[in-house]
Amino acid sequence: MTDSHDSIEPADSHGHGELVPDEPIANPGLPAHEPRPTDVDPAKEKRAEIQVAVLFALSGICSVLFVVSYFTFDVGDNWHVVGGLGASTVALGSTLAGALLFVGVGITHWARKLMGDHEIVEMRHPAYSEESDRQRALEDIKVGFEETGIARRPLIVFSGVGALGLLGLPAVVYLRDLGTLPGDKLEHTIWGQGGRKITIVEDGEEKEITVPKMRISRDAIGTPILASDLEIGDLVNAQPEVLFNPTRYYMEHADVEGAELQTHKSKASLILLRMEPGDIKPGKGREDWDVNGIVAYSKICTHVGCPISLNERTTHHLLCPCHQSTFDMADSGRVIFGPAGRPLPQLPIEVDEQGYLVAQSDFTEPVGPSYWERDYERDRFAEGD
Amino acid sequence: MMKSADVASTNGTEPATPKKGAKTAGVVATWADDRLGLAKATKGMSLRKVFPDHWSFMLGEIALWSFVVLLLTGVFLTLFFDPSMAEVQYNGSYDPLRGVHMSRAMASTLEISFDVRGGLLMRQMHHWAAMIFIAAMMIHLLRVYLTGAFRKPREINWIIGCTLLLLGTIEGFTGYSLPDDLLSGTGVRAADGFMKASPVIGTYMSFFLFGGEFPGDQIIPRFYAIHILLIPGILLALITFHLILVVYHKHTQWPGPGKTEENVVGPPLMPIYMAKAGGFFFIVFGMTALLGGLFTLNPVWKFGPYDPSKVTAGSQPDWYMGWPDGLLRIIPPWETHIWGVTFSWNIILPILVMPPLMLTVLIVLPFIESWITGDKREHHLLQRPRNAPTRTAVMAALITFYGLSWAAGGNDIIAIKMHLSINQITYFLRGAVIIGPILAFIITRRWCISLQRHDEGKLLHGYETGVIVRSPDGGYAEKHLPISEAAAYTLTARDREEVYSSNGAADEAGVAAPGGKKAEIANKVRGKLSELMYADNVQKPTAEELHDAQHHADHELHELENQIASGPNQHGPTSDH
Repeated sequence: MTDSHDSIEPADSHGHGELVPDEPIANPGLPAHEPRPTDVDPAKEKRAEIQVAVLFALSGICSVLFVVSYFTFDVGDNWHVVGGLGASTVALGSTLAGALLFVGVGITHWARKLMGDHEIVEMRHPAYSEESDRQRALEDIKVGFEETGIARRPLIVFSGVGALGLLGLPAVVYLRDLGTLPGDKLEHTIWGQGGRKITIVEDGEEKEITVPKMRISRDAIGTPILASDLEIGDLVNAQPEVLFNPTRYYMEHADVEGAELQTHKSKASLILLRMEPGDIKPGKGREDWDVNGIVAYSKICTHVGCPISLNERTTHHLLCPCHQSTFDMADSGRVIFGPAGRPLPQLPIEVDEQGYLVAQSDFTEPVGPSYWERDYERDRFAEGD
Repeated sequence: MMKSADVASTNGTEPATPKKGAKTAGVVATWADDRLGLAKATKGMSLRKVFPDHWSFMLGEIALWSFVVLLLTGVFLTLFFDPSMAEVQYNGSYDPLRGVHMSRAMASTLEISFDVRGGLLMRQMHHWAAMIFIAAMMIHLLRVYLTGAFRKPREINWIIGCTLLLLGTIEGFTGYSLPDDLLSGTGVRAADGFMKASPVIGTYMSFFLFGGEFPGDQIIPRFYAIHILLIPGILLALITFHLILVVYHKHTQWPGPGKTEENVVGPPLMPIYMAKAGGFFFIVFGMTALLGGLFTLNPVWKFGPYDPSKVTAGSQPDWYMGWPDGLLRIIPPWETHIWGVTFSWNIILPILVMPPLMLTVLIVLPFIESWITGDKREHHLLQRPRNAPTRTAVMAALITFYGLSWAAGGNDIIAIKMHLSINQITYFLRGAVIIGPILAFIITRRWCISLQRHDEGKLLHGYETGVIVRSPDGGYAEKHLPISEAAAYTLTARDREEVYSSNGAADEAGVAAPGGKKAEIANKVRGKLSELMYADNVQKPTAEELHDAQHHADHELHELENQIASGPNQHGPTSDH
């Protein structure tokens, strides 16, 4: 193949270098090729050749070392640590890197020192097609369209477009079973399962009973919390007791396991904080929501739903570690800093007859991030003052 | 046919001495061509196709090769990873988590990390390659933009490139969510919040994506399908098309002696470019292996399995998601409740508006520029950033916005490390993301114009030699010497710009376009923008100006030399030292 564009003559480009009026300097054309040391000195050429071969050999050695490391260094529970990483990882990574890098550097060295380094000139062609080709294509399109008779048959066009448009319906409807509908799921949490009335069958008799009010349990170990357990300044991460002891609340174990458990936690997680009772500025209608200075708030940030965890003890401020929304626990969970648009929902609490902290009811508003259908009018208690 | 094989097996500089290798290659090529007719294909794309050489042309290559590394390491990971959210008790080798309940996804990630030899290396290489992939795409985008390589005929490739960046980001997000660890789960939780904030369909989007209420047991398998099939497929197709267009358009080149808009100068594809690009693949692959072997990334075993009630302090997404996360941190707490629905501006603006807007801005930049300039010609010679001051300044503003938003994404880290108040950092950044880009625009534009003046000075008065000469009457002057012809040509190898005058064109357009009023306004806007873009730029001198200046400089130089020869300081500063 002899490509007429393959020219190494700098003179070839002189054609474009004429002095155009207004152009201060003419294009001087490609500079002459300057030979590299390896082009003119056989000793240097030989040396470069050996360098490339050595690089390739080093790569080979690294590959062998990789295999050796693979079988030498343990993983599993017997791994040795090098700089915080397993010896196996470090050894495999370094040898693999060596095997690859030496090949890469070798090839590059070969290309730079030994392969021909003449620059060649190729002519460009405009991106568009030859005028004749363009005309032919346009003509083809025109003829093709005419043969469909599309312009004369609006009925076919409209019905066809309509049919194709309606095909979108199956495409969208087909996705329906991807998930359940939201319904009112976002408005309720499992806290509401305490204190509900249910009908049970006992000794062949139907009777209506009231489920015990939901106790507040410690997050990790699941033990219920006595009001007297908390000192002023204590902050406890809590969960509803039903997650640890479902039968007490007439629920199945399956209801609080696996994905169900995760979903419940994503809404029901709670923060308990005990402060001086005098520090609390109760919101309107929230006067009896605390127990001796113990207040309970949703742990789920009202911004995008991160669990809030950083407590500033002296100020009763809670900080979300994700986007730094800060809420005032002494003032109905009011947002005092950051991007969250709503106060943290407060859980009304009291103590049961044994002195354990329980929820009076479910949260009175949806917890977690805002969503489109969220209706403020329906919040039983709007923002604190 | 044989001829083609001959060319294919030589390096083109010396006549092919038919050695053994070349002969074998010829035989193989002939065998293949007898069956496939491949030589015909090389008429369209010669094996000796020219690729111009410049370090900045390598950036896209980094992205390409890291994508290949991602495919290779990713396939290995799929052999061991189990994308299931079924709950299991971990009983593997990592002691601190033994007995902990977690999803199979998390457990198999731990298995890859601790019980599969080289598994942790593969995981880390995959993650490192993803970081490099996205970083390389971004820097490649900057190179293409700042050198004007997006201009006609390459606008479509620019759009493909922007799309690749978007897809790469989504691919990265779905990827790092797969282990179902605490950190990535927090990210998914935030993504759930973003979806729920979407007007009208948000809650439904969330319920359909998660297969019910967050977090459910569907999200990991669904992300898996998206991550290993859907997006990689699209990426592969788009990258292929991106490269085909690079070949078809032929690569851009820097102006210089012998280079024109009509030619392309550089080493041939075979063998030089094949060797360099092929070798570079191994280098990128090797660097990834080195990073994966020596630098821990995403140690999911330290975070533990996802639990919606837990979070780690300093939770941050991968770096490329940092800038929307930063905006999410500094947005004021705006929410509107009206007609029984909620507009969460504190999410809609930073997440649902800003990133798509940024992408749209990027995509339309070439079209806005060509509208203002009215330039419909093809461009294959690159421009130095300084020679397009306004364009460069626009990107500087965008980068500044990006950088400040990104810094906001680490406002907690900054506060802790630098002992600052997080509130003050946040207030500062709220202002800075708006004022910063404006300042960056103004400074960059003036800076570019200054650099243009400097170039003009070199062209007209020569370069500064650093030799100071004292004249007999006590004056000091620095000796300037003319720059080489090649350097001078390179400086002048750019277009003269003309400010678009709206007056003349308004008539023209008024006749052509019926909606005269609209066209008139559009023309006025175009004229103003054109003025902003070009009016302050330094244009290259005309032949006459250059001639005069050179004459003048020659004269001055001559005078200086006379002074040196006749003056008292004959052994002047140069010979003394």
